[in-house]
Order: sequence, then structure tokens, then C-alpha cells
Amino acid sequence: MIKNVMIVGVGGQGTLLTSRIIGKAALSVGYDVKISEVHGMAQRGGSVVTFVRYGEKVAEPVVEEGVADVIIAFERLEALRYSHFLKKGGVIVVNDCRIDPMTVVTGAKEYPENVIEELKKTYSVYAIDGERIAKELGNSKVLNSVVLGYATKHLGLGVETVLETLKNTVPPKTVELNVKAFTAGNEN
Amino acid sequence: MEEKVIMLGNEAIARGAYEAGVVVSSAYPGTPSTEISEALCKYDEVYTEWAPNEKVAVEVAFGASVAGKRTLACMKHVGLNVASDPLYTFAYTGVNGGAVIVVADDPGLASSQNEQDTRMIARSAHVPVLEPSDSQEAKDFTVLAYELSEKYDTPVILRTTTKLAHSQSVVTLSDRVEKEAVPYERNLRKYVMMPASAIGRHVFVEDRENRLAKDAETLSINKVERGDNKIGFITSGIAYQYVKEACPTASVLKLGLVNPLPKKLIEDFVSSVETCYVFEELEPVFEEQIKSWGLKVLGKELFTKQGEYSANMLKKVIYGKTEEVYAKVEAPNRPPILCPGCPHRSVFSVLKKLKIHAAGDIGCYTLGAVAPLDVIDTTVCMGASISTLHGIEKAMGKEFRNNWVAVIGDSTFLHTGINSLINSVYNKSTGTVIILDNRTTGMTGHQEHSATGKTLKGDDTYAINLKDLCLAVGVPVVLEIDAFDVETLEKEIKKSVNGDVLTVIIAKSPCALLKGQKFPNRCEIDKDACKKCKACLRIGCPAISMRDGVVTIDETMCNGCGLCKNYCKFNAIKVVAR
Repeated sequence: MIKNVMIVGVGGQGTLLTSRIIGKAALSVGYDVKISEVHGMAQRGGSVVTFVRYGEKVAEPVVEEGVADVIIAFERLEALRYSHFLKKGGVIVVNDCRIDPMTVVTGAKEYPENVIEELKKTYSVYAIDGERIAKELGNSKVLNSVVLGYATKHLGLGVETVLETLKNTVPPKTVELNVKAFTAGNEN
Repeated sequence: MEEKVIMLGNEAIARGAYEAGVVVSSAYPGTPSTEISEALCKYDEVYTEWAPNEKVAVEVAFGASVAGKRTLACMKHVGLNVASDPLYTFAYTGVNGGAVIVVADDPGLASSQNEQDTRMIARSAHVPVLEPSDSQEAKDFTVLAYELSEKYDTPVILRTTTKLAHSQSVVTLSDRVEKEAVPYERNLRKYVMMPASAIGRHVFVEDRENRLAKDAETLSINKVERGDNKIGFITSGIAYQYVKEACPTASVLKLGLVNPLPKKLIEDFVSSVETCYVFEELEPVFEEQIKSWGLKVLGKELFTKQGEYSANMLKKVIYGKTEEVYAKVEAPNRPPILCPGCPHRSVFSVLKKLKIHAAGDIGCYTLGAVAPLDVIDTTVCMGASISTLHGIEKAMGKEFRNNWVAVIGDSTFLHTGINSLINSVYNKSTGTVIILDNRTTGMTGHQEHSATGKTLKGDDTYAINLKDLCLAVGVPVVLEIDAFDVETLEKEIKKSVNGDVLTVIIAKSPCALLKGQKFPNRCEIDKDACKKCKACLRIGCPAISMRDGVVTIDETMCNGCGLCKNYCKFNAIKVVAR
């Protein structure tokens, strides 16, 4: 069985780091792993998607439409955009925040209303206000760890495994804060 | 050492070069190839550098090879166009120490201006090409490429694509093997490509390619994976992974050496299966050769020449269906945009106000072409902005040109823009060139260049002074202006476009994402003073948005550049301390 995870968000939100931690954690428990990343132009505030696949033997590095077990979305609109990648019975973990794309800022498009409620009509949705929790911990930059902690419940890798990998991946000075953020997310 | 790690395809190529005993590497950054040099520079045993462009990088590799050591040059697909001059003749001279050129293609245009296929260039240059399909192969094929390079006396291209370059998979590491220098001997017949020598080397090149094609029949990286005999696939690279995903029981001929092709191996494979598909991204390079041998295969009749392939696409063709998929939901597009605090936005806001068209170039600032900035009218290739403006003036005269400028980044200017500027001086252009000097190679993720004062390895070095350089080639007026000083910018741009002398304006301000910068301030909207005229929204800053009729500035995103303040007629924007 292959586990197919997608991490989606807005360029600059740090989705890359999250996918690398999940990939490393999967490797540490003996799985074959592939991660597909986005570099270059799309990182400049655009919609970004990375994929992590793990299991006995992984062929392609991308998760295709209809096969994602878990989508971790760092922003509501991005959760909506990629929701059809989910397989039947898959789950969406979404950080409940809104970042307006330029098409909305210029008035060419409207930001959709009630995204979470709409998603819930079709999918299993787990929403978290990661920014509020990160700010309560004193640093909005640990948002990733909050969301990762929350999403770990659905990754099938074990909380300790992911937490250990997180500790070994983030800069040494920030370990304590990131562990707090991860735990706060995981207990939410 | 037997260590398993997870690595980016690009990191694995760097590791392969390290293990193969490479001592010199030269490259110009370009998505999706940049991380090779960034990973390789961490190994102390390897000299690594950023060259000003890919032509220089390949010539450096040629020199290091002739001197007798293993060497590497890396670039994106369009970089090979710039480097094709040395490439075609390097193919004639062959090597002394092994030489590998990594070229990263970008099917799907993740960050490029076209979708060209490097295998086409390699075929016409008669250079062998290897193509890996995961990170382990990226490392192993790099090592093998050096062995082939030395055995067959040829530079070897390692071709990757975006999905390979930017995917991570598991790699087993080995130790570095140091290589003794191959003794240098003066050899005019081999290294001085004047007609009398080159005529002989052309004979050698053809013979070499024939020998390699013969040996390719039994090369271990060209292999048949025997499965169901009803369907067979001839494939390579990342496309192989899509085949394994979609049709795991089919027979597969996986080509690791993709130029030249093993004719007999392919003939035997095609005749061993009922239906044979050629599954290759971009151009029908295998397919056309295979069909020219009179073999019956299916390829581009079924599969596009455009974009990236996928397992779902293959399933649709082979089985007529894919997994059950939820309906796609309409969501407003989120195209890439200039970052909050980006100095390019400031310059573009002035050009937009003056209704001036810009001949553009390659970099983050290409994003100045889209709404709401709408400033850039043309983008072709590295360095083209200045020569485009020159052509516009020569075709339509000064009056037409008055409404135009050229915009080019600092790194792009040093790549090939300088040649165009020399042309503008020599042939008496009178236009305005704006160098967007943000002190880095931005789009590819902040690489040093010859005007930053730092090398790839982070050591201090000479920094080219852009103003002095422009003056030295003879530009009559060269101005340095703070990119956020919109008042001076407006005044000087107006003056120079209406003037009669070639002017270079260097708009200076570091990229907002460059490390080590401090942003003590942020901007805030005084809700009572705001008249909701939306002028601030028209500069296209992602930190500013209007929600429920109220204009707000996101305090996390804003770094207090204050550009928006310049465009608020009602003094409703304040710069405050964080």
C-alpha cells in the first residue's frame, strides 16, 4: 500500500519544509519514499503543491487526481483548488486562513465564501486555525509545525516518528518552539 | 560507506559528480538545474563556480578537461542554446579528463520560456545523452557518464527534466574516488579546431557515434523488463515511472542511454510484443528514429508533445479510463506575483504611471507583464531586452521609442545583456535601459553573480561595478537611483525617454528576500482617512487587499517598503514600527 500525501498552499508559506519532514519521517521507519517539489517561478506567491508518497516501492513522484489519501492545505482556497485530487474516503486537513490571490485583489474574481462548509459537503475535512495557535506561542513562523502536528494524526507514521524528524530538521535554536507548536497542533 | 538518504535529483547529480572525482564545476543558475551547483559547492574537494553564462561554463569545463581532470557544467535547457557554440566543437575535440554537461529540460514550463528537448540538440551535435529516472540513477548515471566520456573521448550530456530534478527519492551513498590527472600533451589535431584538424575529427565523431551505438546494445542501463507480451513500452527518464505506475505488468524497454539508440535491442523488443508504444515527453526523438527503421510503434499519435506526462494520461489511452475522480471545483487562479517589498514593483509602478512600454527580459521582473502592473510587452530570452529596444528604435524611430524602455536584472545583464548594450552604444541607440539591480540572481533562489562580491562558495571576491562597466563601454549617461525613490525615477525616466542619448538607469535596492536584511517597519491603513479609491491595490502588492469593503494591509506579509504610501492621495497609509 502506498500512502499519497499532498501539501498545498501559497508560495512562501513553507510547504516544502513540511513535505520534507514527512518524507524523512517515512524513510526513518523503512519506507521507500518519493517527494515532488516546486521551485522557481511558482514559488513567487503562486499556488504551490508538493507531493509525498511512501510505501514498499514507489514509482512516480507525483500524486495524481483521485488518489490522494491526505491533502494538507495551508490556505482555504488552495484546499478547494486541489480537493478533487482526493480519493474516496481521503481527508483534507486545512489551515483556516485566507490569502487573496491577485485575481481577487484586482477585482477580476471573487474569493469563494464558506469554503470549509462547502468542502465538508463532499469530503472529510479537519480545519485548524494554525495562525492563532502559532501567535499564542509567540511566533507566527511556526505555523508549519502547528499544521504538521495536526495533520500527523492522518499520516500513519506515528506521532513520535514525525516529532523526532521535526527535531532533527528545524534549526537547533528553534527546536523547543517547534516542538511546542507541533504538540499544540497535535492536541487540537 | 553505505548510507541511505533521501535526495533531490539535483543533489544526487552533485553527489555523483563528487563520487566520480570531479574537481572543476562551472554553471549559470537556471530552474530546474540550480541546486546541482548549490549542493556540489558544499564538497571541499570540488572547485565550483557561477559563470556569467552557460557558454562560459562549458568553455571552463573544456579547459579543465583538456588539462586532464574530470569536470562538470550545468544549465537549464535554454542555457544549452547559449552554450551550443562550444558544445558542437567540444564534440569534435573530445576530452582528456572526463566531461559531463548536465542539461535540465522543463516540460510543462514550470519556470521557462519554452519547452525545447535537449535530445534534439545532442543528436545534431553528436553527443551521447544519459537520462536517469530517479535520484539513485541520477547519481549512478553521473558516475557512468564520466566513464563513457573517457572511454569514448567525448563530452556526455546528462539530461534531466523538472520532475526528476525536483523530486526526492532514496539514494545509497558511496565514497569519492580521486582520479589522477590524465597527462596533458599538446595535440593540434585534437584541440585546435582549424579546418585541417576539424576535418579529421569529424571522421572520428562519426566513427565514435557508430561504436557507441553498437555498444549501447549491451549497455547495462538499456534494459528490458519482461512482463505481459501484449503491451510493450519504450521509454526513459521520469516517463518510465509513469509507465510503472499505470501499467505495472507491461513489458518495458527502459533506455538509460538515449542517444545514440541501440537499434537491434529495439527491433527485438518491438517484435516481442503485440503493441509497442513509445512513451517520451516532448519531441518524438525515439519514435522518429524507430519508425525510420521501418518498425511499427505508436507514439505521438496518442501522446502529446506538450507538457508533462502522467500515469493518469497513460491509463486513459491504454485502458480508456482512470481512477474515479471527484469533480474539479472552480477556484480563482493564483498566478505567481512579485513579493511584498519587491523593488521591481516600485520601478514598474513608475513606468505604469508614465504609460511606458517595457521590452522585458528573463527573471522575476517578467511578472511585470501581468495585471495589475501590465508594463512589460516582450520577453524572449536572456539579454534580449536591450537589443529588442534597439531594434524597435531602428525600425520605428525615436518618436516611437520615446514610449519604451528596456528592463533587465543585474544577473541577466551580466549574462548576455552587456553584449546588447555594446551594440546599442556602437550603433548609436538613444533609448533608456533600466537595470533592475537587486544584488542577486532572484528567480532561481538567490545566487551570487559577478557583481555581488561573493563567490558560489561564499568567499569574498572582486565585484563588478555596473555603473563603471556601462561607462566603460561608452554609455553617455549612467544614473544610479534608489529603486524606491519613485520621484527621482519618474523625473529621470521622463527626461531620458524624451532625450537624445542612450541612458542607463541602475535602479538599486536589494531583493526583499535576501538574507540579512532588517525590516523594522510596516505599513498601516488609517481607516478613517481611507477613501477606498483602490489606488494602492493597483500596484499589485500581495500584502494589500480589500475585504468587506475595507482596505487592509497584512501585517505579517508587509515589510514596510512604503511604496503604497506614494500612491495614496489621502495620506491614509502610515509607516509604523513593527
